[in-house]
Amino acid sequence: MGIRFILMVNKQGQTRLAQYYEYLTLEERRALEGEIVRKCLARNEQQCSFVEHRNYKIVYRRYASLFFLVGVDNDENELAILEFIHLLVETMDRHFGNVCELDIMFHLEKAHFMLEEMVMNGCIVETSKTNILQPIQLMEKSS
Amino acid sequence: MDLCSTITQTSHSPLPFHPISIRCHPHHFTAPGKTNTKHERTFSYNHRLTKSALKRRDRDTHSLSLSFYLRSKISQIFVFGSSSGNPNPPIGSDRPFPGAPSIADPIMNPFSSGTRLRDMIRAIRACKTAAEERGVVRKECAAIRAAINENDNDYRHQKRIGYLGLMLLLDERQEVLMLVTNSLKQDLNHSNQYIVGLALCALGNICSAEMARDLAPEVERLLQFRDPNTRKKAALCAIRIIRKVPDLAENFINPAAALLKEKHHGVLITGVQLCTDLCKASADALEYFREKCTEGLVKTLKDVANSPYAPEYDIAGITDPFLHIRLLKLLRVLGQGDADASDLMNDILAQVATKTESNKNAGNAILYECVETIMSIEDNGGLRVLAINILGRFLSNRDNNIRYVALNMLMKAITVDAQAVQRHRATILECVKDSDASIRKRALELVYLLINESNVKPLTKELIDYLEVSDQEFKGDLTAKICSIIAKFSPEKIWYIDQMLKVLSEAGNFVKDEVWHALIVVISNASDLHGYTVRALYRALQTSVEQESLVRVAVWCIGEYGDMLINNVGMLDIEDPITVTESDAVDIIELAIKCHTSDLTTKAMSLIALLKLSSRFPSCSERIRDIIVQNRGNLVLELQQRSIEFNSIIQKHQNIRSALVERMPVLDEATFIGRRAGSMPATVSTSSGASLNLPNGVAKPSAAPLVDLLDLSLDDAPAPSSSGGDFLQDLLGVDLSPSSNQSGTNQASKTGTDVLLDLLSIETPPVQSSSSPPDVLSSIQDSKSPVASLEELALPSSLSGQATTPVGAAPMMDLLDGFVSNPPKPENNGSVYPSVVAFESSALRITFDFSKPPGNPQTTSIQATFTNLSPNVYTDFIFQAAVPKFLQLHLDPASSNTLPATGNGSITQNLRVTNSQHGKKSLVMRIRIAYKINDKDVLEEGQISNFPRVQSSASMVQFGAVFCVHYYIIFLLGILVIEFLPLRHRLEGAHV
Repeated sequence: MGIRFILMVNKQGQTRLAQYYEYLTLEERRALEGEIVRKCLARNEQQCSFVEHRNYKIVYRRYASLFFLVGVDNDENELAILEFIHLLVETMDRHFGNVCELDIMFHLEKAHFMLEEMVMNGCIVETSKTNILQPIQLMEKSS
Repeated sequence: MDLCSTITQTSHSPLPFHPISIRCHPHHFTAPGKTNTKHERTFSYNHRLTKSALKRRDRDTHSLSLSFYLRSKISQIFVFGSSSGNPNPPIGSDRPFPGAPSIADPIMNPFSSGTRLRDMIRAIRACKTAAEERGVVRKECAAIRAAINENDNDYRHQKRIGYLGLMLLLDERQEVLMLVTNSLKQDLNHSNQYIVGLALCALGNICSAEMARDLAPEVERLLQFRDPNTRKKAALCAIRIIRKVPDLAENFINPAAALLKEKHHGVLITGVQLCTDLCKASADALEYFREKCTEGLVKTLKDVANSPYAPEYDIAGITDPFLHIRLLKLLRVLGQGDADASDLMNDILAQVATKTESNKNAGNAILYECVETIMSIEDNGGLRVLAINILGRFLSNRDNNIRYVALNMLMKAITVDAQAVQRHRATILECVKDSDASIRKRALELVYLLINESNVKPLTKELIDYLEVSDQEFKGDLTAKICSIIAKFSPEKIWYIDQMLKVLSEAGNFVKDEVWHALIVVISNASDLHGYTVRALYRALQTSVEQESLVRVAVWCIGEYGDMLINNVGMLDIEDPITVTESDAVDIIELAIKCHTSDLTTKAMSLIALLKLSSRFPSCSERIRDIIVQNRGNLVLELQQRSIEFNSIIQKHQNIRSALVERMPVLDEATFIGRRAGSMPATVSTSSGASLNLPNGVAKPSAAPLVDLLDLSLDDAPAPSSSGGDFLQDLLGVDLSPSSNQSGTNQASKTGTDVLLDLLSIETPPVQSSSSPPDVLSSIQDSKSPVASLEELALPSSLSGQATTPVGAAPMMDLLDGFVSNPPKPENNGSVYPSVVAFESSALRITFDFSKPPGNPQTTSIQATFTNLSPNVYTDFIFQAAVPKFLQLHLDPASSNTLPATGNGSITQNLRVTNSQHGKKSLVMRIRIAYKINDKDVLEEGQISNFPRVQSSASMVQFGAVFCVHYYIIFLLGILVIEFLPLRHRLEGAHV
């Protein structure tokens, strides 16, 4: 399993979206998120996008006020994950149009659906934006 | 129903629409089709939310709000969905422009979801009782059910929400998940492919081993489903199933191989992942794929790498880098350890490595993966050179991300081609000094791997130089690594000592205890460097007083080799001459002891150093005594005691002082290493072992220091060992001398430690007779530890003391109050004994009733009655008892485990005790009672020794005598241990 969790956290350290692909209790999650967010938010732009934490490697990227943090195994290709984060953002951007933090807040379920279409059980399922968005758009049309 | 008005009126009518503008600074963001990615985008976003609503969605309530949200969603659907058909225009896809107010928005917004949710919350809040609350919830549920039944349109959306909730809120460990199995199975067989997709997704994310077994056939079937989107999800489901139940792997080998021939990228990428996992799960699968699929995979990779522009998968001019990476990963697995397969992929790897664009992240990701594959598969010289060159290029890249992965990769490459990695040493060393913690950490680990005997000196120098300027948080790691390098590769002792000194003076506070302990051991072993070391330490201490472990090492060395410091003994050529007077040396130790940052260990070590110096520098003796005396009132007991003891040594025992504070014997490196590994026994024994090997080469009998210690307390009177007993008697203040001619002295068993243990557990050891007093000194030789020797020494006196004259016994008997409080009753078979209150606390009383079965005097039956004295009921009441070895205890089950309050009842429990030493020893018992008051655990413990005695007056006297002996021994031992052991221990053992 490559990806262990995906977090979207804003500049203030509030979690906007959290998706775990391994089981952690709520307390563990909260503790983990706190630690990671503290570590990542403290870093500046020149520093690299990888942080080692516990037995995870956190690959993170900042888009405007929102941090995308992906926890991966140690043998995962970090650069690919970085590219994946970008793909995720582009996908959301295509769906919401100029996506911003509020889109994710108020369309949390859609953000989750997109993630569902992109990642399953920690593996990448689909990399084509059209394919990712198709079921979601279909669902919107029908409802 | 007019949607807009509903919302405006009910939820946010008082709030004006106020736009907030959010300025985005897209750092890495490259929007598709944008020419200038760095430009600042500003857009406004209309929202109708109060700030409090924003705040509510913070991290802590994330999960809660989500579940609430799911709930609200369901109610929304039912409020708006059923009444107004399809009021929502499609969102997102055709929104006129970003931030435009959309009517549909509030529908999706949980906090403007209208009346239903609010009403429900209000209704629940208004509920006075739990029953009312349940009623409201029931009504809601009924409404939702109704909505589900009559509203097919929203069914799928709702199902999706349901699945989302399932995946986010449940995990495989929860039993409730089992209930979903059947629904999942139904959905897997659903005619709608999207619903099948949903079920697969849920299954892939949360399925447990049992579900995996149950649903594997469905997944297997879906791997051949016509729709590619279903196949790709089924493939990932299969991965989960294989991980949960590896036995099922073989079922998936064939379908997985079929997936590799697909054209659809999604299916291909998941199929490749499935194959990779299968290879890991089963050797058969690996063999199969290696044989059948390697060629096909190479071709696929070639196609993907050479494919023309495909807008859907294009990232920075490369078609689907993710697929590239997955394919390379699988090739790595297949090529590892197989020359033929490796040969097949050489060409394409070379092509990928040379042709891939390296100016974009996506290209670098592929290169990175390609290098890893080249490094892992079977050797092909040309490819390896290519790969190392790529890494070299990465390493010199300005982008920190690229440098990070390069370092990461070099770590793996070092096992393959250490020489090639060594070439990049200088660059790597630069990375250790990077401002980025992640890169520093990687680089440091890499440097650690790179170091060997030949380059240890320059590299260590570099690292130590950097130690000076590195930031605090990195110092800990860096110091640990440097110390480890120095210890591992040091070519010679002087270099080791030099480097350690540098580390100690730069980052002494980060050095771990065992590291400076090891340094002391090395110093002690390097006899020709003692002078050099102590002078170097003295110099270092002038500048870095605040480094705790430096101070400790320096203090130890000055204490040991202080004379070498002032006499410039063993001057090396490289040294500058240094003039240190005796008082300078004392000054520096005084500084250490008075420095407020010094901790207990440092201060204690300083005291010892001072004691040693008092003998080495007789002229400073008075001054040293003054410093030591200042600690006499120290609040820390350890320091106080040392101070008093050392003071008396300096003051009163000039003649033995020099012998006491002789230089430490050479510390045994093997012992030290062993002790570090935790395999050595207690420190006491090692130190006593060391004392046999004194530096002057004369192996003194270990008894000598012991006698010295005794002498000490006897105030210089040369004490023949035989008079030890007298002295001890003097200490007790009981004149027992006339008793020494008593015959039939008892002697306790030889192993002193056992005696101690036995005594402490109130178990009297077997008492034997011996007519001659034992030879003290000879017995010391085979004793194992100072404790033992002291005991042995103590024994003869106790032997004489034991022969109790009535005068001597009387005070002893008082000590044994508890044991003789119940006067013995005349014995008659099966007689009735008075019941005793065996234990009483504020909350509990235990009474014992005794009876003896006729004809078996050894056995006593006891009926224990427990009475509750508190107003609370005790539940889970458990009574446990333990007896010494000479007793046997049988416990019957208790009558109940609940004890009613305030004596309104009791629990009884029968015990049977068999005394194998009947007539010689009396019963003793340790008890423990555990119970619960209002679910709070309570534990009470006690000891029962007031059993009625069954003894003739003769055996009574004997008993008294035996107890006297033992209490006497305890008493003596206590004195001995308190008086001498710490001192001896400290003088010899506590240095390291």
